[in-house]
Amino acid sequence: MKKILCAILAIAMILSLVACGSGETTSTSDSKLLDIKVGLITLHDDSSTYDKNFIDGMYRALENLGMKKEQLVLYTGVDESEDCYNKAKECVNQGCQVVFADSFGHEDYMIQAATEFKDVKFCHATGTKAHTVNLDNFSNAFASIYEGRYAAGIAAGMKLNEMIEAGKITEDKALMGYVGAYTYAEVMSGYSSFYLGAKSVCPSVKMNVKFTGSWYDYDKEKAAAESLISSGCVLISQHADSYGAPEACEAAGVPNVSYNGSTKDVGPNTYIVSSKIDWAPYYEYMINCTVEGKTIDKDWTGTIKSGSVKLLEINDAVAAKGTQDAIDKAIEEFKAGTLKVFDTSTFTVGGKKLESYKADVDSDEKFEKDTEVVKDGVFEESKYRSAPYFDVEIDGITLLDRNYG
Amino acid sequence: MSKIERREPLFHIVKNDAISFGKSLGIRIIAIFAGLIVVGILGMILIGENPFSIYSAMFDGAFIDVWTLLQNTALLLMFGIAVIPAFQMKFWNLGANGQVLVGCLASIACMKFLPVKFPQIQNWLLLLIMLVASIIVSCIWSVVPAIFKAFFNTNETLFTLMMNYIALTTVDYFVFTWDKTGSGTLGIVNLLNGQKGWMPDLGNKYLLPIIISIIMTAFMFVYMKFTKHGFEVALVGESVNTAKYVGINVKKVIIRTLLLGGIFCGILGFLYASCLSHTVNQQIGGLGFTAILVAWLANFDSVAMLFTSFFVVFLETGSKFISTKFQLNSTDYSNIVVGIIFFFIIACEFFIRFKIQINHQHQKTEKSEINAEKEGN
Repeated sequence: MKKILCAILAIAMILSLVACGSGETTSTSDSKLLDIKVGLITLHDDSSTYDKNFIDGMYRALENLGMKKEQLVLYTGVDESEDCYNKAKECVNQGCQVVFADSFGHEDYMIQAATEFKDVKFCHATGTKAHTVNLDNFSNAFASIYEGRYAAGIAAGMKLNEMIEAGKITEDKALMGYVGAYTYAEVMSGYSSFYLGAKSVCPSVKMNVKFTGSWYDYDKEKAAAESLISSGCVLISQHADSYGAPEACEAAGVPNVSYNGSTKDVGPNTYIVSSKIDWAPYYEYMINCTVEGKTIDKDWTGTIKSGSVKLLEINDAVAAKGTQDAIDKAIEEFKAGTLKVFDTSTFTVGGKKLESYKADVDSDEKFEKDTEVVKDGVFEESKYRSAPYFDVEIDGITLLDRNYG
Repeated sequence: MSKIERREPLFHIVKNDAISFGKSLGIRIIAIFAGLIVVGILGMILIGENPFSIYSAMFDGAFIDVWTLLQNTALLLMFGIAVIPAFQMKFWNLGANGQVLVGCLASIACMKFLPVKFPQIQNWLLLLIMLVASIIVSCIWSVVPAIFKAFFNTNETLFTLMMNYIALTTVDYFVFTWDKTGSGTLGIVNLLNGQKGWMPDLGNKYLLPIIISIIMTAFMFVYMKFTKHGFEVALVGESVNTAKYVGINVKKVIIRTLLLGGIFCGILGFLYASCLSHTVNQQIGGLGFTAILVAWLANFDSVAMLFTSFFVVFLETGSKFISTKFQLNSTDYSNIVVGIIFFFIIACEFFIRFKIQINHQHQKTEKSEINAEKEGN
């Protein structure tokens, strides 16, 4: 018995050694780009629309730069705990010169890794602390997704107009529902810009928002969408990462404006359009800086103009006529700088125009509103740091709850 | 008469108490290999990779960072140590996750607010307060179900399980209260603020949990094997009535044992706060259920748990690395790998605990009947 076991073990070991040897890649290219390794840490895997967007963007960036897939070290399903630090360290152990993490709660663990591995660059999406911790090798990145949300909002507003014209609803019933994750600036900035986009074409529109208290919770997102629909919302959008809301919309036959990626496959009869951040331009910038030994911007904000914010293909079967043209026009105006999402003449707060607003731009323990962000009649979103800080509750939007669903 | 003999089953399943250690180990190794073969075949079908590259990815992945591997083993081991006294007593404590989480919450509360209130506080004193706070809160979480079990015979499985959910929402409540941005994330406490309430490194930040886990294991080994308390726990587990008959106060034993589990969970919660995550959220800890498997595989023996927890951590870390190595973009296959191997290990316990006895009498009877028939012809 023992002999047989020994033999099996020995064979397995020899074969695994052979496999180890053949699996290794040797870099023969002189190109610096082919010499580096890039780490990517995501909170969930590609079953989350949010994380899938980051993963797909990375493969596109590698392709655009002529790099090989094997140069990526990808860790999916990494918790917002010491697990993130451990995975960042494992990326370093495997030779990564730059490591990117995609979830808000990863930020501090990336900072922890950045203080320890000074030769490696650590980049983080949605974070707020790069400009305050001031480390040479730690950076935040985001994009002006509020422009994309606004354009998607136009599609929503036009759909509402179509419903009004067809006599399906009256003007005063133009009520949209929004499933949000947390009562947090990133979400508030998103739904406010979406609402303003819709309002720009359908002035009577109102919106109700429900929060799930989680970035990814299929059941809660689905339940929140169902509850909004049953309370009279005729169109739904969401800032949450699962397919919960789009599926609830498809089941109820209610139009849906999506986020992070197309959800047409789960909602062929209800999906209108989706906006998303394309992370490839940032990844390319980040990798190029690493190769050239340059410092990466502490706060990098991509725009619709720079190709970081994208509107995905419109579902003509559901979208109102002329939606594509209206969206294209808005995008052109954004590119020309003539259209501002948070133009304070387009919304009111408590019935009044917003003349001045201090936002909590510097993240610290004090949670102080430290920076004036309204200038020349515009709320200057994402100017003083990359992550959004628009947390104003504007008229026309009702928060049905806070944080929790 | 012959008809009745024909109905005799071909084999019997007999309880096998006297299996040797070597043989039981052999059965487990065979089960693991069988599991690996299935994993390999599924790997070829599902992800189109050569089984041996999959095995080597598992091996490489587990050892990319040996210290992390050892630390994770230590953490799982400590979770296991915290649940085994209750399990020995057949008190099915499923609440280790919640107990550790509230302990961590209490520690974080001290870590976050004491240095603000008392800027001069010494780090050792802060750490001590954090430890005590963590142990007290963890003990509350473990003793409440114990009291209900002892006095009202409440079902402890459901009770401890529900306590986990209360812990999760309690953590959420405090995180939302403390974090005023609304992001639902507390972040690392005191990261750039003098690291107050952080345990000193001992030269290597992974070392402390490892050392504490070894001390805990040694303590639990001695406690269960060589103390009167340990004997009482075992006796209550064997038979409550016998325990009562020999004059053991069963209620007291239940509460005392769960208190011990609570203390261990409190220490773990403190470790998460002071030297691992330095934060609290719903994802902290969470090894309580895996620890049950580890404890059960080790037959509730604290020293054997050293090996079972290492094996489980090795398997989980290695499997996760499969998706990294082959860029699967998803953890599905890794979860399948862990599931299959666990399935084989659990299934093989049948062959360790029971013996299949072929009924030779049955064969003999059949043969003799055939012979008799032939002779008759």
